[in-house]
Parts: sequence; C-alpha cells; structure tokens
Amino acid sequence: MAKREIDEVSGTETTGHEWDGIKELDTPMPKWWLGMFYACIVWAIGYWLVYPAWPTLSGYTHGMLNHSQRDDVTANLATLKSARSVREAALRDASLADIQRNPELQQFAMAAGKTLFGDNCAPCHGSGGQGAHAYPNLNDDVWLWGGKLSDIQRTITVGIRSISPETRQSQMPAFGRDGILKMPEIADLTEYVVHLSGRVADARAVKRATKLFADNCAACHGSEGKGNRGMGAPNLTDNEWLYGPNREDIADQITNGHGGEMPTWSGRLSPEEIKALAVYVHNLGGGE
Amino acid sequence: MDSHNGQSHNDLLAPAMAAEGVARSDAVASNSAVNRKLFKSRVPIYPKEVDGLYRNLKWAMMAVTLSIYYLTPWLRWNRGSGAPDQAVLVDLAHERLYFFFIEIWPQEVYYITGLLILAAVSLFLINALFGRLWCGYSCPQTVWTDLFIWVETRIEGDRAARIRLAAAPWTAGKVAKRVSKHAVWLLFAVGTGGAWVFYFNDAPTLFHQLVTGVASLGNYAAIAGLAFTTYSLGGLMREQVCTYMCPWPRIQAAMTDTEALGVTYRRDRGEPRGPHKKGQPWEGRGSCIDCNQCVAACPMGIDIRDGAQLECINCGLCIDACDDIMMRIDLPKGLIAFDTEANVERRLADKPARFRFLRPRTMLYGGILVLVSAIMLFTLSSRHTLDLDVMRDRNPNFVTLADGAIRNAYTLKLMNRTGQARTLTLSVGGLVARSVNVIGVGEVKGSVPLAVDADKVRTLRVLVTVAKSDLAASHGLNFTLSDANGKESRNIAAIFVPGDVK
Repeated sequence: MAKREIDEVSGTETTGHEWDGIKELDTPMPKWWLGMFYACIVWAIGYWLVYPAWPTLSGYTHGMLNHSQRDDVTANLATLKSARSVREAALRDASLADIQRNPELQQFAMAAGKTLFGDNCAPCHGSGGQGAHAYPNLNDDVWLWGGKLSDIQRTITVGIRSISPETRQSQMPAFGRDGILKMPEIADLTEYVVHLSGRVADARAVKRATKLFADNCAACHGSEGKGNRGMGAPNLTDNEWLYGPNREDIADQITNGHGGEMPTWSGRLSPEEIKALAVYVHNLGGGE
Repeated sequence: MDSHNGQSHNDLLAPAMAAEGVARSDAVASNSAVNRKLFKSRVPIYPKEVDGLYRNLKWAMMAVTLSIYYLTPWLRWNRGSGAPDQAVLVDLAHERLYFFFIEIWPQEVYYITGLLILAAVSLFLINALFGRLWCGYSCPQTVWTDLFIWVETRIEGDRAARIRLAAAPWTAGKVAKRVSKHAVWLLFAVGTGGAWVFYFNDAPTLFHQLVTGVASLGNYAAIAGLAFTTYSLGGLMREQVCTYMCPWPRIQAAMTDTEALGVTYRRDRGEPRGPHKKGQPWEGRGSCIDCNQCVAACPMGIDIRDGAQLECINCGLCIDACDDIMMRIDLPKGLIAFDTEANVERRLADKPARFRFLRPRTMLYGGILVLVSAIMLFTLSSRHTLDLDVMRDRNPNFVTLADGAIRNAYTLKLMNRTGQARTLTLSVGGLVARSVNVIGVGEVKGSVPLAVDADKVRTLRVLVTVAKSDLAASHGLNFTLSDANGKESRNIAAIFVPGDVK
C-alpha cells in the first residue's frame, strides 16, 4: 500500500493524487449522503411496484397503479374531442358566410385547416399552398373551378377527375397524340396562345391559327381565350400557367392534354374538416 | 486493508510496556487509517442562545424577511376589472407576471434576467464590503434554521439542557419534548410551503380551496414538497446545507479579500490566550480567556478563532457571546468584531487600522450595479403598452397574380398590454401598393382601426399587392401601430419581395 500522506493544514489524509501541486483530500463522505443513496434505492424498488417496470416473456409488469401512457393519450384525446365538439358542431351547422363573419369560429377553422392542409394537401400543393408544375398554386387569384368559399369546399369534397360520381370533370383533348391536329397546326396554335397572353408572337402563325382556335379551342376556352370556370377551362390570357408558360410547354399541353387528378376527400375527411380546409385555403389570400 | 486489520489486531495485543521503563500509551491517532470511516456522521451542534446587538439584528431580519414572504401574496393592487388584483402574482395559466404596477409578458422575461444580474452583483458588492451578510441574515436556509433552533430552544431548553436531553434515556418526558418539537417544525414547514403556492394563485381564493380540500392536486403536492424540504433542510440538515450543498461559500471565497469586513477574532489582542484568575495581571497575555463561549454560540459549530473559514456565515452571534464575557471580566468589548484581516495584520505591525471601502473590486461591482440598474430603469420606464410584431410569409415568398402583380403576405401580432380594450390604428406605408387587405377586416385605405382586447394579442394576416408597373421600386414597407390619442406608436419595417429575381 502506498505511503500515507497527511495534509498539513487540514490534518486529513490525501488520496495520493496530485494535479499541478494540488492534492485531493480523502475526506469521508457525510452520512446523509449515504442515506440519500439508500433512499434512492428504496424509491426505485417502490417505483417498480407502482409503475410498469420489468419486461416479462409475454408482456411486462403493470405495477399497482396499472398506469399506461397509451391509456393517458387515449383519455386525453377523448377529452380533446369532447372539448372540440361544441365548436365542431358550430362549424358543421354554420354556413360558410357565417364562419367568415364569426371571428372565433373563423380562428378555430383556420387552426384546424392549417393542420389538415399540412397532413393532406401539402404533398401536392406545397406546405404553403404555393403549388408546383401541374399542381395549382392556391395563393393566387387564379381559380379553374372558382375561388368562392363554396367553390373551394365543393372542389375538396368531390375532387377533379376523381373517382367520385359527382366529380368535377374536364378534359383537355390530346390534339397531337390522338391525331386531331397536325404538328404545324399545333405550332400555329401555340403562337396564337402566346399572342393571347400578351406576348410577342409570329403574326402570320397567329393569323393562320385564328380559325383553328375558333374550331377546336373556343368551345371551352371561349372565343377570347378567357376560359370558362363552369367547365374548368383555364384562362389563356393571364400570367398563370399550370403546365408552364413557355412555347414548348404550351405545345406539349396541346399535343398531350395533361390533366391531373385532385382526389375526392369526402369519406376521408369529415364535412366539418372539409369546411375548415375551405376556410383555410380561402384565407391563403386568393379567396374570392 | 488486511495489513491494517492485522496491525490493529497486534495493537490490541500489544504489551502495556513499550520498552523497559517506558509505558505504552493507548492513544490512537484520530485520523489513522484504521479508525477512519468511509462515511462521517454529523457532529451534533447545540448553539447556545445569546443576547446582544447582532442577535437582535438577526431577530429583526428574521421578522422582516418572514413577513415579506408570508404577507406579500395577500397584498392587493387594483388593476381594474378583468385583471387579477393581487399585487405580486405569477399567473402561469395566463402567462403573466404581476408585480405591483408592473405586468410582464413571457417575451419580456429579460426583466427577470436583469433582476437576477442585479441580485448577483449586489451579492458580490455586499460581500466585498461587509462579508457574507446574505448568508448570516437573509438566506432562507439560515433564516429558517434560526427559526427552527428558536423552536428547539423554547421546547427543549438551552444548549446544556439539550445536550443532557440528547444523552438521556427515552423517557415519556423526552418523547413528549421531541414529538412536540418536530410537530411545531412540521407546522412551520407546512406554513412555508403553503405560503409559496399563494404566489401562483389568487391567495384568498386558494386559501379557501385549500382549507375546504378542493384545491388542485398540484397545489397540495407543492405544499408537501416544500414542507418536506423546509423540515429536512431547516430542522435536520441545518449547517450541512451550507457546508456541503451550497455553492456560494466556494464562490465567495474567490470574491473576498483581506479588506472585506467579516466576523473576525482579533488575534492581535486575544493571543496568547488562556484562563485568567481574578487579580492576575493582563499584561503580557491576550484578552482571550479561552472560555469557548464563541464556539458554544456558533450555529455552524466552528471556532471563529481559527480565522476566516468556509463554514462561517458571518452572523455575528459569537460577537454577542464574547462581548458578554468581556463585560463580565471588565475588558473592553470587541475581541471578536466585524473587522478585516488586513486590520489585524496592520495592528500586529503597529500601524493604525483603517477601512478601505473604495477598492477596485467594490468600484467595479458598484459600477456594474449602477449601469444595470440604469438600463433596467430606462427600459422599464420607456416600456410600450402596445407592441407590434411583423412576420413575412416565406412559404411562398411571394405570389404572382393573374395580371402579373405581386402579392406578399404578412402575419401581424398586435399586442395590448393594458387592462383596457383599445382601438389601435394600423397604417401601411413605404411603397405604392395597389391594395392592402387585412383578412377578416377588409381593404385598408391609408389606415384602419383595429380593436384589441384588454391584455391580449390579436393576430392578423395582411396581404400587400403591388401592381406590375410599380414593382421595380418596391422593396420594403412600414407597418405603424398607434393608439387613439397618438401617445404611443410602434413602427416596424418589413421587406417586400417583388417577384423572382432574374
């Protein structure tokens, strides 16, 4: 055993360890510290008895309280649901105009709508509703099927080109792919659409395409190309292009007639949830 | 350890004679590894009650600090209807802190930080000037310990009686005394925890709830927890809290110096110490008669004559004990006094004693204290009762409208920190906007009045649209929120993103 060394000042034995001339005193621990150590052990044993603690072959020990955090969550969710039920009922019974007039109900709808949007809509429309190529931006003032609260609610409920029997339905024909128009005709029509949106286009092509547009496009898009919300036909004169603004994008759309699907949410979301979503989307800024 | 045990065994069997004519003493080194235990029991301390200036000061401070603690939650302060009328209240449920005329919101928690800085620097300054006055007179641990020792003295008697009682067998009388002591301690302990919860609730309401048994479980648990800590720390642990648990004795050791006042045994006058018989001359010896009264009076159980030490809480009770003895033996008081180590050294070197309160460290602490107080006072007095936060939407950063105009969206938080509902005026400027639309309110033409409830935040979304032709010059805007009489206003600048930067 190492030679014992006594610290001169305190008269206490040192541990023999030294750090740059500083030595550690081997002071005995106070008894209460030991007491706390034992108390912790006793506490731990008590905890095993009272709370779930040990895994067994077929499960685990449940403890005297039979406490379960899963049960807590279930109970808390039930409490939450009953706390929300009053406002949910109010939301169900209120007309969309009522919701707009009632700030408290509106706030409730907005909070619920925000969560629902993140869970269900954000994958396609973006977390801020900003959209993407082929997925509409919900913030702007361009609406294929209308931007009133009731229009938005209907679109969410039945979807577009969805499996719902009431679905909103529109189909841009694939003029090129199905051989309805020839390639030069499509090129002329592209120039015509570019011209419609106020951009510089080949004047001769535009002139050639005037009759083509009237024959093939005006039925849905209108003779002036302003679109038709009743049929979901987009306005071709504005700055908004779901499938891209460039000539090749437009030509591609005339050729192939892309049309995405907006699912029907009825059955997946409750009517109150759809109402809340409609209020939220309307309030993103583009609502009419 | 085996070798030590063997040695110990040999010791017991050692012959009584160490050598011929040399008797072996049975003395054993108190710190020998043989006797040394891994754990050390507390050495019981039975402080003798003293009478004198510092004891009276300590009583007075105890009365003041305990009164502040117990009575503060019951003070009322009228803030008008809808706001609590408790002068000091931490309203956790509604996220408000009330202190008389001040009401603090969670986002203003820097005032608490400021208070803590003030408290810390004050502690440093007081420590550098007068030693550990905090420890001796205001620390809850020593105040409650003092209270518990007072209870103990009333029930079990003074030091000598308590020592006798501790050694006495367990008779009915001893049991009665011990039980009543712990009962009174528990009473004070429950009272301590009970007062604490009133700071977080309306005191009269909660008191009624507590008594009728309908208060929330959290309140009873808080009372039980604080009662337990008060009882165990004030009654059972006492000085061990200061010596083992508290960081301040260690910190203050680094902050003090020889010019700091402290309870000091004037060894220049006291040494050499020793018993004194009546009629003997005082020349050539010190004033200390080694009566040990200073040790008997010490609640920390130390000997002040060993010099400044970690355990000393600077309460001055040894001064009272010593002064009493000095009077009895007709010597001047002040053998132990609030003095400095430097003065002891000066007198030993035949120089006059003096107090140097102005030292670099005291000036530094004082300077910081004045500076932080000034900043606190300034911010508190120029505090707004209305406030505005502006957060621009970043997802999407901007929205292009059908005609090529660009729209940015902002979330505004309008804060009304008064107890009255107010109508605040919001105006938007700094760019040529085609439209400014507050969702739920409507189009803003110049400015718009917005009602904000008492003591509430109103959140609004504002859409700012700039026409295509004005985009080039549109990079920023200002939101201004002002109250009806124009006394207060907040102006917040925000960025406007005019579309994709190509």
